[in-house]
Amino acid sequence: MRRESQRTGVFTRRALVVAGVQVAALGALAAKLYQVQVVEGARYATLSDNNRISARLIAPPRGRLLDRTGAVIGGNRLNWRALLVAEQTGDVGATLDNLSRIVLLSDAERARIDRELRRHRRFVPIMVREFLTWEDMARIEVAAPELPGILVDVGTTRMYPYGATLAHVVGYVAPPAEADLADDPILALPGIRVGRAGMERVHDQVLRGRAGAVQLEVNAVGRVIRELDRQEGTQGQDVTLTIDLDLQKMVLDRLGDESASAVVMDARNGEVLAMTTNPSFDPGLFNSGVSQAQWVAWTSNRRAPLINKAAAGLYAPGSTFKMVVALAGLEAKVVNTSETVFCPGYLDFGDRRFHCWKKYGHGSVDMRGAIKYSCDCYFYEVARRVGIDRIAAMSNRFGLGVKLDIELPGARQGLVPTRAWRIAQGKAWNIGDTIVHGIGQGFFQLTPLALATMTARLASGRQVQPHLTRSIGGVTQRGARPEDWPGLGIGERGMQVMREAMWAVVNEQGGTATIAKLPPLPGATGPPVQMSGKTGSVQVRNVTREQRERGYKSENLPWEYRPHALFVGYAPHDAPRYAVALVVEHGNAGSETAAPIARDIMAATIARDPAKRQDRPRVAEGGRTG
Amino acid sequence: MSFSERRLTRERSLDITDKLFRISWLFVLLLTMLAAVGYAALYSAAGGAPEPYAARHMLRFGFGLVLMLCIAMVDIRFIQRLSWVAWLGGVVLLVLVLTMGNVGKGAQRWIELGGMQWQPSELMKLVLILALASWFHRASWERMGNPLFLIPPLVAVVIPVGLILKQPNLGTAVITAAVGGAVFLAAGLRWWKVLLVVGAIVVAAPIGYTQLRDYQRARIDTFFNPESDPLGAGYNIIQSKIALGSGGVWGKGFLKGTQGHLNFLPEKQTDFIFTTLAEEFGLVGGLALLALLASIVLGGMLIALRCRHQYGRLVALGISMNFFMYVFVNVAMVMGAIPVGGVPLPLVSHGGSAMIMVMIGMGVLMSVHVHRDVEFDDRQREL
Repeated sequence: MRRESQRTGVFTRRALVVAGVQVAALGALAAKLYQVQVVEGARYATLSDNNRISARLIAPPRGRLLDRTGAVIGGNRLNWRALLVAEQTGDVGATLDNLSRIVLLSDAERARIDRELRRHRRFVPIMVREFLTWEDMARIEVAAPELPGILVDVGTTRMYPYGATLAHVVGYVAPPAEADLADDPILALPGIRVGRAGMERVHDQVLRGRAGAVQLEVNAVGRVIRELDRQEGTQGQDVTLTIDLDLQKMVLDRLGDESASAVVMDARNGEVLAMTTNPSFDPGLFNSGVSQAQWVAWTSNRRAPLINKAAAGLYAPGSTFKMVVALAGLEAKVVNTSETVFCPGYLDFGDRRFHCWKKYGHGSVDMRGAIKYSCDCYFYEVARRVGIDRIAAMSNRFGLGVKLDIELPGARQGLVPTRAWRIAQGKAWNIGDTIVHGIGQGFFQLTPLALATMTARLASGRQVQPHLTRSIGGVTQRGARPEDWPGLGIGERGMQVMREAMWAVVNEQGGTATIAKLPPLPGATGPPVQMSGKTGSVQVRNVTREQRERGYKSENLPWEYRPHALFVGYAPHDAPRYAVALVVEHGNAGSETAAPIARDIMAATIARDPAKRQDRPRVAEGGRTG
Repeated sequence: MSFSERRLTRERSLDITDKLFRISWLFVLLLTMLAAVGYAALYSAAGGAPEPYAARHMLRFGFGLVLMLCIAMVDIRFIQRLSWVAWLGGVVLLVLVLTMGNVGKGAQRWIELGGMQWQPSELMKLVLILALASWFHRASWERMGNPLFLIPPLVAVVIPVGLILKQPNLGTAVITAAVGGAVFLAAGLRWWKVLLVVGAIVVAAPIGYTQLRDYQRARIDTFFNPESDPLGAGYNIIQSKIALGSGGVWGKGFLKGTQGHLNFLPEKQTDFIFTTLAEEFGLVGGLALLALLASIVLGGMLIALRCRHQYGRLVALGISMNFFMYVFVNVAMVMGAIPVGGVPLPLVSHGGSAMIMVMIGMGVLMSVHVHRDVEFDDRQREL
């Protein structure tokens, strides 16, 4: 028992020590509480009651979109905005009524504001009105006492100095959809924009940057007293496009009133120097909201200004396709370059007669002549021998009917038919179908961009892919050098014949596009630069025998029934650098409508030589970003 | 046989009425008051509504109270026999949570069970107290002087503390070690050894700092200089201090706190619940709450002092110490006096599993009190 009482005594003493420490510690907490709440209390009370510390994210400036020479084609400008912080407003409705007396708020705007108020927490500033004038701003500041919770701040807004010139390439930005808000906290900021189309959408993440944060002292009505701390976000990176702004403008000007699209590419590396579609629209309008009337005007216009016809317009290639058929024939060894075919003006196959465009025929033509004169009979015969599947395979190697690496979200793959494709539709493929496809008619659906790619590959012999991104944040993306692209692997002899024939089309007496012969460059010395090319005309509806016998004239048809006019070409013919593809919707004949426009586009391109106008290349590791 | 020994023998068989009569209902009342304070705070944190925190809080407390009273009926000698098994179970759970637990905020701490997230480290603290008390239950003053005798209980502390550190959960590891140390001290550890350990910690702390995870180091860095990172880790402390300071002596009034309601204050329903209260009820309210917490801590110590057997004394002391550590770390944290550490305020903060674990501990404490006079069979033999 002695031991037990000894132990109890030890425990009691020790427990009292522990309890003493506990009491002392809690006493220290009480003292600390006194210090925080009473001694320093006044200071903190000020911070809390009159001046609250409010942490806000700041939107980083969106990165700019530049053309290849560094000209800003998508930039930022200052935007004065009125914001509303719900928690600092007693009666939101009354405040907005007061504000409405200064800047009129429509019912639609009120509805949008109500929606945003529900979507965000009460201390997140809601954008009430953007693009305030100086006068409005001043009046809002004067009326501040009646407008609790209304703040005026300056942000940036997207600006497209060349609006319609580059609308389809640049795309546009718009407020984020509700579904986007979860992705990135900066999307909850007032007035933030995300890329909705074109390169704005493709490079949205890069352009967006990272949000900064600012710690503000604000008073009881929400006015900012001072800034306590600021952590700048990371500005979005600039993206340099391959587009040459001046060339783009020239091309668009030259398209005039036509419903047309044209693509100019660097044939050696696939850089798209100009991609135009006419008519166009002003992308800046999407930034502030498009009116109903404007929308109806756009969507009801049969020339479809909102559609990027260069990358999403689908056409049969017509005679511009004939080189592919010829190369397919050579590779399959069903024809050689010197073999001649007799053209009486038609080809009979079974009970069908296939007409050449020249009523009384071309007589005997070899491969070079067949392309130079665009003889249909020759290609009917070659197509019959080689078959649709080998034609399709050769098309794919030229970028036709396959997905291209172009970054544009709306770009379409198009269609090159095969036997299997037709059978999958539950139909049979007839030799007659093959014959029609030999001259680029039939089921083909190809974009001007694909035709430009085909032309660039014909000219350079490389598997170039069209692309629009030249550098991101100053780092040149892969694909800028010709060596980045592997060869096509098509017999050089055949390619040579094609290039020679295409030269003859433009530069030799009797060619179908001699009108497209380039004028001599002003002030140039040495041999003139010559273009090689090929015309095409595509019927949009069948011509009946009756019409043909009555002396059919397509220019007498109503506009929407006239054939499309096409031209593809490259220059200089002996050292190909630039490729062009042009489609004039319902332009009638390629040789009449398309060829002169293409000539002027190419002349402007050669004169400007945009491939030399570029930032210093620094090639990045890894693949190009799509 | 003396009178007292006769009484002990008689109390080998307490019936249920005796046991209920022996419960400290005053202590139960204190716990209920604390839970009621929690209800008020959570009601305010939800912006003046019983949902989503306050109503559930009370429901859980009701359940916890029943659980506590049930445990109080269990014979303390039975609990003593299970001590080491419970310790082993706690360690197994800690290992499990490391290998398959849920990762929350960068640490593996939880096991999902019954729709709640359980932190085995909470259970571990309790079973560690039981195991240590069981070991020291038989130890005489002389025995406590034998270093070899101290090795097994030391291992019993080091293993769980190491596992908790590995999660990593620095706050709970420190609390666990402190609670274990308190039991050692009360069992009669020589003072010079106590000073030796304290000295070693002082020397080792700077080395340990380099071994911490980045976020733990950030907390400590922030603690020494909260303004260095006003939007990151320091934000909580600054906002909490503003809320406390703006409460002043008398507070802003119930439901009138601005910092908490305006969402300036993060985790206002869990770690920073004390801030919510002290903003609305001021220094007066804060001191009253501290007094209530202190009376619960000291009530536990009183139970320890009144107990007639060493096991009960040590268990009661350990449990009060555990409760005290919770309170101290949490309140010191919200005032910016120690680094932020994710420790809730017991019976006030929102959180189901923590509340249940506290009430289980209180049940064991009450079992000590109910069985304060019982006689252990091995009592004479072991001394």
